[in-house]
Amino acid sequence: MPSRPLIRAGFLTLALAWLALLAIGPAHAADDAAARTLLAQLREADFSGKTALIEQLAALDHPRIATALKALADSRLYYQEAGNRVVIGSGDGADIAIEDAVSGAALGQISKRDLDRITTNNRLRTLIENRLASLGLASADPEQRKAAVEAFLKNPDPTESERLRARLSVETDSEIKELLAMSLALADLASPDAAVRVQGATTLGGQLRSELRGPLTKMAAEDNDSTAREAARIALARTQFRLQLLGWAETLFFGLSLGSVLILAAIGLAVTFGVMGVINMAHGELMMLGAYTTWLTQQYLPVNWSLPVAVPLAFLVAALVGIAIERSVIRFLYGRPLETLLATFGVSLILQQAVRSIFSPLNRSVASPDWMSGVIALGPLEVTLNRLIIIGFCIAVFALLWLALQRTRLGLEVRAVAQNRAMARAMGVRSARVDALTFGLGSGIAGVAGVALSQLTNVGPNLGQSYIVDSFMVVVFGGVGNLWGTMVAGLSLGIANKLLEPWSGAVLAKIVVLVFLILFIQKRPRGLFPQRGRAAEI
Amino acid sequence: MTKTMPKFLPWLLGSALTLGVSLAHAADTIKVGVLHSLSGTMAISETTLKDTVLMLIDAQNKKGGLLGKKLEAVVVDPASNWPLFAEKARELLQKDKVAAVFGCWTSVSRKSVLPVFEELNGILFYPVQYEGEESSKNVFYTGAAPNQQAIPAVDYLMNDLEVKRWVLAGTDYVYPRTTNKILEAYLKAKGVKAEDIMINYTPFGHSDWQSIVAEIKKFGAAGKKTAVVSTINGDANVPFYKELGNQGVSAQDIPVVAFSVGEEELSGIDTKPLVGHLAAWNYFMSIKDKSNDAFIKDWHAFIKNDKRVTNDPMEAHYIGFNMWVKAVEKAKTTDPDKVIDAMIGIEAPNLTGGVAKMLPNHHLTKPVYIGEIQADGQFDVVWQTKGLVEGDAWSDYLPGSKDIIADWTDPKIKCGNYNTVTKTCSSQNYK
Amino acid sequence: MRLPAWLLSDRAGLALLTALTVLAIGVPALNLLLPTDHPLHLSAYTITLIGKYLCYALLAVSVDLVWGYMGILSLGHAAFFALGGYCFGMYLMRQIGARGVYGNSELPDFMVFLNWSELPWYWYGFDQFWFAALMVLIVPGLLAFVFGWFAFRSRVSGVYLSIITQALTYALMLAFFRNEMGFGGNNGLTDFKEVLGFSLHADGTRIVLFALSALALAGGYLACRWLVSTRLGRVLVAIRDSEDRARFLGYRVERVKALVFTFSAMLAGVAGALYVPQVGIINPGEFAPLNSIEAVIWVAVGGRGTLVGAVVGAVLVNYAKTWLTGALPEVWLFALGGLFVAVTLLLPRGLIALWRRREATA
Repeated sequence: MPSRPLIRAGFLTLALAWLALLAIGPAHAADDAAARTLLAQLREADFSGKTALIEQLAALDHPRIATALKALADSRLYYQEAGNRVVIGSGDGADIAIEDAVSGAALGQISKRDLDRITTNNRLRTLIENRLASLGLASADPEQRKAAVEAFLKNPDPTESERLRARLSVETDSEIKELLAMSLALADLASPDAAVRVQGATTLGGQLRSELRGPLTKMAAEDNDSTAREAARIALARTQFRLQLLGWAETLFFGLSLGSVLILAAIGLAVTFGVMGVINMAHGELMMLGAYTTWLTQQYLPVNWSLPVAVPLAFLVAALVGIAIERSVIRFLYGRPLETLLATFGVSLILQQAVRSIFSPLNRSVASPDWMSGVIALGPLEVTLNRLIIIGFCIAVFALLWLALQRTRLGLEVRAVAQNRAMARAMGVRSARVDALTFGLGSGIAGVAGVALSQLTNVGPNLGQSYIVDSFMVVVFGGVGNLWGTMVAGLSLGIANKLLEPWSGAVLAKIVVLVFLILFIQKRPRGLFPQRGRAAEI
Repeated sequence: MTKTMPKFLPWLLGSALTLGVSLAHAADTIKVGVLHSLSGTMAISETTLKDTVLMLIDAQNKKGGLLGKKLEAVVVDPASNWPLFAEKARELLQKDKVAAVFGCWTSVSRKSVLPVFEELNGILFYPVQYEGEESSKNVFYTGAAPNQQAIPAVDYLMNDLEVKRWVLAGTDYVYPRTTNKILEAYLKAKGVKAEDIMINYTPFGHSDWQSIVAEIKKFGAAGKKTAVVSTINGDANVPFYKELGNQGVSAQDIPVVAFSVGEEELSGIDTKPLVGHLAAWNYFMSIKDKSNDAFIKDWHAFIKNDKRVTNDPMEAHYIGFNMWVKAVEKAKTTDPDKVIDAMIGIEAPNLTGGVAKMLPNHHLTKPVYIGEIQADGQFDVVWQTKGLVEGDAWSDYLPGSKDIIADWTDPKIKCGNYNTVTKTCSSQNYK
Repeated sequence: MRLPAWLLSDRAGLALLTALTVLAIGVPALNLLLPTDHPLHLSAYTITLIGKYLCYALLAVSVDLVWGYMGILSLGHAAFFALGGYCFGMYLMRQIGARGVYGNSELPDFMVFLNWSELPWYWYGFDQFWFAALMVLIVPGLLAFVFGWFAFRSRVSGVYLSIITQALTYALMLAFFRNEMGFGGNNGLTDFKEVLGFSLHADGTRIVLFALSALALAGGYLACRWLVSTRLGRVLVAIRDSEDRARFLGYRVERVKALVFTFSAMLAGVAGALYVPQVGIINPGEFAPLNSIEAVIWVAVGGRGTLVGAVVGAVLVNYAKTWLTGALPEVWLFALGGLFVAVTLLLPRGLIALWRRREATA
């Protein structure tokens, strides 16, 4: 099932296409002049005046009205003083392309400052959406009909229930039929006849759509008929039970999603800190570089394609910077882990300030591609698509890293050096090269994590700092030097946090988790999955 | 990156140069302190304000300076560190002997420098909307008090959008706490029941909003029109709005009205999913006015980037700076006591076609606008107050402060916290 | 009077103590005796600035005691510093009395406007100087003892210990940010008026506070120097160099560690308590993990395991910070970051090693 915003956008375009089709027919097309007059009046009217004008425009049988109304809803309808006409703008930036609202004739590029935008507000947008929707109900395309019914569900309008009923009698698609029945039941709730209201409430009981809950709650509290109140209460109770179950599933998902973010942030550290014993305080800044790489990619590529390109690029950028740090600073400090902390802290300050100087201290706007926005239904559970993709991404990164360490020559050498540096060198492993590559690998993964973070949070110079403490906790909790430990630790911390949050609030949840961690380390000083043997001594 | 790397070299030279110049011309200039964080968490908001002040000083110097002398900016970096703010304030006042300081953003930074300004008798212009409950002799509050932003916004939601259920969501610090306390009292006075108000606080930089947005959705599914009044601070807004967009909460379902989200914050967000959400400010970049057009043009020329936006705190500095210039011209000296006296009653044009006046309580008169977010990161004004609203230092909706007024002109009062019941002032004598 | 041998052999320490004495007498003299327009006159600004450095130096000494001599890299020492600061800040807050902006003699201002009806129980007693002064030692000390005792008994060591000390200070930071805690939330405690009846805005009070800071630093240094010269000090170094060996030799390692850790936390608490009246504010930002890391860096820059190095490092780095944030506001982070990298790479034993080396060759 596609996402909600997608539905809305999709259905508007479809409605337009359908209207355009209508227009080709002979019809008694209203003359352009009427449309022009009404549109011109929009400019001066206040919001209530605009409501009336939109109703009149929607009643006009003119091929361009739908386009114009949609432009108004999107805030792309302008008044051009120079030509004394209403135009539709398209494109971003200071100069935009305009076309005549009524004739559709292209009028070239013009500066936005020379145009007066015809303002709109949320109420007008809802109105336009409804008017365009009612036209889509008879469409031949099931997707379009579905979208139209969805719109009724969102903004129930009792005056339309006859049309819905008529549609229900001829509808063939079972899903749409169900939606139609639901809409009708919803409309029934507003009926003056108590028996009809009871009937409607009973139909709606157990349905999970959030649009239905509002009217039911209202009815349970305010209806002047006691049987109707009771029916609404029963319907709500049925819904409530299912919601409770869903709530648990939702919390679990939230926890998994937070956990996957923690894992992504920590997993690079698990390599540099866990395998090499280097406390890299610049780890967060490497994530920041990854996020900035994503932003840069979006400057040159369309948003939908930028992420797949950004992932390898971010890996490369962060890995190269990581190798540079290793070669210039860290290699002189092996065996002195606490001093790497100081030097890399210096590096992190430099990287932060460098980003601030090059890209400005302001946050950068990273857009989400369409395929990552909106919600998706996993059975009755609706989850946000971007979180789901990030969970998948986290698993993929983890799997790739695991394979790289277990199945490649480099991985073998990395593990050898980590276990016993002197012995590995005696066996012919070029430990200096391995160190540089390992650090590059850890840094590169940090960069990749940055791509994921750019989809969730601010891309700015402070991005790294907000994750550094958390990522160290995850690695230590899981057991230094153990990738699986990092995975389990990240997930359990994420879930614990989300389980606590509803009753303790976000801040206390975090404190409780931290205190638990401190106590846990007291109990098991080497984490969930301690490394055994000599390599354990750092 | 190779192209941009040498970018900091000119600064090094520039800084060294200004240092030299400042030593050479120390005597015949009037120094103006700029106390905004250029690094750390607040740099994101405050750097722009530093540039704004530099631009205003530059413009004033082109007009011939002030009292026949050139103005000279002294820029320091308090690095988003609150004790460092106090130290730098002392440095500006005691070492550099600046005539006035433009600075601070967060409440805590203002609280941190306040004793220093009062002790050394300096002048601070504070350009950000804040929680009120303060009026110092040495501070001029050019941003909005709660009654110039929060209350009109709630009025709009209540009357025009018929909102019946309220989520007051904020970052856990003093501005949201106080604002929400005021709003809660105000809503209850208007007959809103306690169960129709949900209050939620999150830590600074909160980035995981899944549970809270889900909770807001649940709260909003109770059959009454619901709105979120957001006092969420800067950095936490991006993930909050992203989560709203992703969970499909559109402005038509549950509108969010924000008090800390302006054009600059939006420039760091992909605004397409946010269209229709609201913000309340005293200035929007999109407002058409000659002075605003000129200001935007000057700003673009000064910062050498015509993509940069302007915002409300910038306007506050614009007003504050021009008022200070007028007050100094009126007093014919930069002596703090004389300038402070001259400030009250000074009028200076704002950028939306009106005039701001400095009130005896050191706050301004301001128009209030409600704007809807547009896809291009700008706001469309959908509502505005009929006239100007006078800034009220002490809220009438808090039990602790409803009897307190501030008046620095009335010879019988002449303090920032006069209790009209006990007829006393407290804590105004620092020496 | 003859100086004890452990002090007499410590030439760097003697130099430091001499310098502190000169400061404690000279700085007030330059402020009080010279007219304000004299080029050598020290303003109150400079005095509080140096006073602040001295507090930081005491914090650095406490970090060096556990890191340099016991091998525990604490990334949470700023927490003890801040706790000491809060204890003293609470005393200063209560001294405001009815002079707050709301004129409420019982409640601090931030409680009034958040509608608190009465003072929470943990604020009781803080209106007494002796109680607050005691708490400055007890609160950080107790936390350090409990935390240290459990951690050392379970043999948490190395980076694990570093990370959980960081978790500790981070958790405390989040907790103090909460307004429900009753410590003023993000704004912390500020707007102090007087201490023991003396106005904090008077130059005289500032000078006394400054002199006290110098005294505390000298005292802290002497105590640590004495401690490391005793048998206990040798055990400390033995633990640092090989914990297991020390344990097998029959030493109760965890007791020694917990004891010294607690003592170090108390020193940090004193430093915090002296810091607050001089800078005029204490807020949860002081708990930030970054602050603890910075304290460690001062020690590293000066020279770990020398105590004198900690003082030198703290003063130098903070002076550099003051100077750079004023002179080069846009690039000072480059300079500071570069300094840290350079010192760890080129001077692994800190700046003090330069002096030692010259002394050795001479």
